[in-house]
Amino acid sequence: MAKLLETVDLVTNFYTYEGVVKALNKVSLVVDHGSTFGLVGESGCGKSVTVRSIMRIVQEPGRIEGGKVIVYLDERDKQAGIDLLQQSETYMESLRGDRISMIFQEPNAALNPTLSIGDQVSESFLFHQKKEMCTKIYEDLCAPECQLFYPIKKIQQAVYGMASNNPYAVSLKIMNKVPILKRWQKRLKKEAKKRAIDIIDKLGIPNPAQVVEQYPHNLSGGMKQRIVIAIALACNPVLLIADEATSNLDVTIQAQILELLRRLKEEVISSILLITHDLGVVAETCDRVGVMYAGNLCEVADVKELFGNPLHPYTRALLDAVPKFSVEKELKSIEGNVPNLVTPPPGCRFHPRCPRVMGVCPQTFPEMKEVKKDHMVACYLY
Amino acid sequence: MALLEVNNLKKYFPIKKGILSRTVGQVQAVDGVSFTLKKGETLGLVGESGCGKTTVGRSILRLIEPTSGQVTFNGQNLLRLEREELRKVRASLQIIFQDPFSSLDPRMNVGQIIAEPIRNHLKISKSEMRNQVAYLMERVGLHPEQMSRYPHEFSGGQRQRIGIARALALNPLAVICDEPVSALDVSIQAQVINLLAQLQEQMNLSYLFIAHDLSIVEHISDRVAVMYLGRIVELATDRELYQNPMHPYTQALLSAVPIPDPEIRKKKILLQGDVPSPINPPSGCAFHTRCPERKEICSREEPIFQNIGADHWVACHLM
Repeated sequence: MAKLLETVDLVTNFYTYEGVVKALNKVSLVVDHGSTFGLVGESGCGKSVTVRSIMRIVQEPGRIEGGKVIVYLDERDKQAGIDLLQQSETYMESLRGDRISMIFQEPNAALNPTLSIGDQVSESFLFHQKKEMCTKIYEDLCAPECQLFYPIKKIQQAVYGMASNNPYAVSLKIMNKVPILKRWQKRLKKEAKKRAIDIIDKLGIPNPAQVVEQYPHNLSGGMKQRIVIAIALACNPVLLIADEATSNLDVTIQAQILELLRRLKEEVISSILLITHDLGVVAETCDRVGVMYAGNLCEVADVKELFGNPLHPYTRALLDAVPKFSVEKELKSIEGNVPNLVTPPPGCRFHPRCPRVMGVCPQTFPEMKEVKKDHMVACYLY
Repeated sequence: MALLEVNNLKKYFPIKKGILSRTVGQVQAVDGVSFTLKKGETLGLVGESGCGKTTVGRSILRLIEPTSGQVTFNGQNLLRLEREELRKVRASLQIIFQDPFSSLDPRMNVGQIIAEPIRNHLKISKSEMRNQVAYLMERVGLHPEQMSRYPHEFSGGQRQRIGIARALALNPLAVICDEPVSALDVSIQAQVINLLAQLQEQMNLSYLFIAHDLSIVEHISDRVAVMYLGRIVELATDRELYQNPMHPYTQALLSAVPIPDPEIRKKKILLQGDVPSPINPPSGCAFHTRCPERKEICSREEPIFQNIGADHWVACHLM
């Protein structure tokens, strides 16, 4: 399969008061076109920082210190990779929410409580599809069915004609500052809202026309998460990054959302990068899985291979620690705690908790090795 | 004989409005819950958020004053007790709270936190107290040298251990565990679950284990009660409940739990919509608005909670 996203030796550090938190230590992963990649790990292992680094939205005091994030947006053109870390901020802005979009963890924090749902969903259309929308309105205005008064119609045709050529022209920018002339955007906003209703309807939310007038506090948690998904899907992204999209929801609602994502993946989006701490969710939705521990990717494999034949001691321990139905044995826990990333253990970061630690483990960090076909492990045992 | 018996427990929270704070409605958080807890047994209480599980746990201890009902613990009706008597009973009925970050006072050190219940109930000398605290800390897997540290110096799992040590300080008969592991990571979660199971064996404790994660409840419980919108809809032994769920809600809930095994692709029952508001719950069976197998009677009459054999209780018209 063709690659869609590739990170090479990604390093991100946080410069805090207590010292430098080495959150990512050379993370390299590949997401293919048309696949669902799951990234699992415990809290604080760097899952979220990985995707935030990919999107270049790492918050202060974090800094991306090295590595590459290469995207191949066109499936056919394998040479045309773009290194996102070298691009300008303007380019990233035009990419985020358009070709690559993200669902955030907490739907309450992701939605703005002072804006209506309709405004928040139509924002991405207004940002990314201004030109298409202006062209469409211009065509509507020129169509013979359009029944507007002669002068108004002429003026609107002129404005939208100009906007469909270049929605960021200087004259339009000036118009946007003048109170009365600003009103030319009314039609544009109406069109964006229409598109917002369409996308909300597509996600199976009852009465979309009513929902767009409501505010986040009127909706339940599951409903809010759907709105966040609607915003992410507004511009038909190639890659959807779901950062703990279902972690705060109840199981029955979680099942609804996962089913929705699965359906959307088949119909609309090409690939999903799913971040979760729940191994059950991974087993049910992903094709390929990466396991992270303390800022390192320690094992990457296809989902059946990983659950059937886990190689890294951490992956094994993690799988044994999950309670399963109708298995009446004591849970195997991993002794100790997740290390502090200001002073991570030397060598392999798992070695203080590892049941099969060897002499070489504390000395140097093990490189990722392809042990079997498509099964990569970073461990000295192999 | 049952150690703890809860009978028709109700808790309605009033909704007040206006400058005279007139009561304009009620949140029916717990609406007639009954169950028993035997000595040395673990009863799991599961349900989605907002179904009233935590309110049940807190009403039993009267941390929230219940509206009506009966709670009999060790032969005493807790809801009739005076303040001083209640304080004495609480020595043998303890609680472990959900969030290990907010349930420990940040200005007390670990030694003081664990000693607090002892100081409240027993009169013992300082050196004895120290020994007792050190013993408790060892028991839950903490080093006694950490006694003078403060909660912020510990990780989530260790903090939950402190909470457990505090609950066990007075050798209680029963402990209410209110989502003790939901804030923890899987590997730490397993440590705490194993610790709870081990302590139960050693001290012959009874647990009322409140959680939303069905696989954990199944792992630790002897019997499981499923709650929906303030009522228990099904109660059975854990094996019976998981192998032979009778209530449509339990069936949907079980099928929705993701299984960490990609070889198993089970058929999911997807419920439509959200949990209705407990301010005005649906008429009849509260689940009828989302039930895939509803009949005409479901919206009219409330189903009776009945025994259908083998200690399996269900509240559903289909039975």
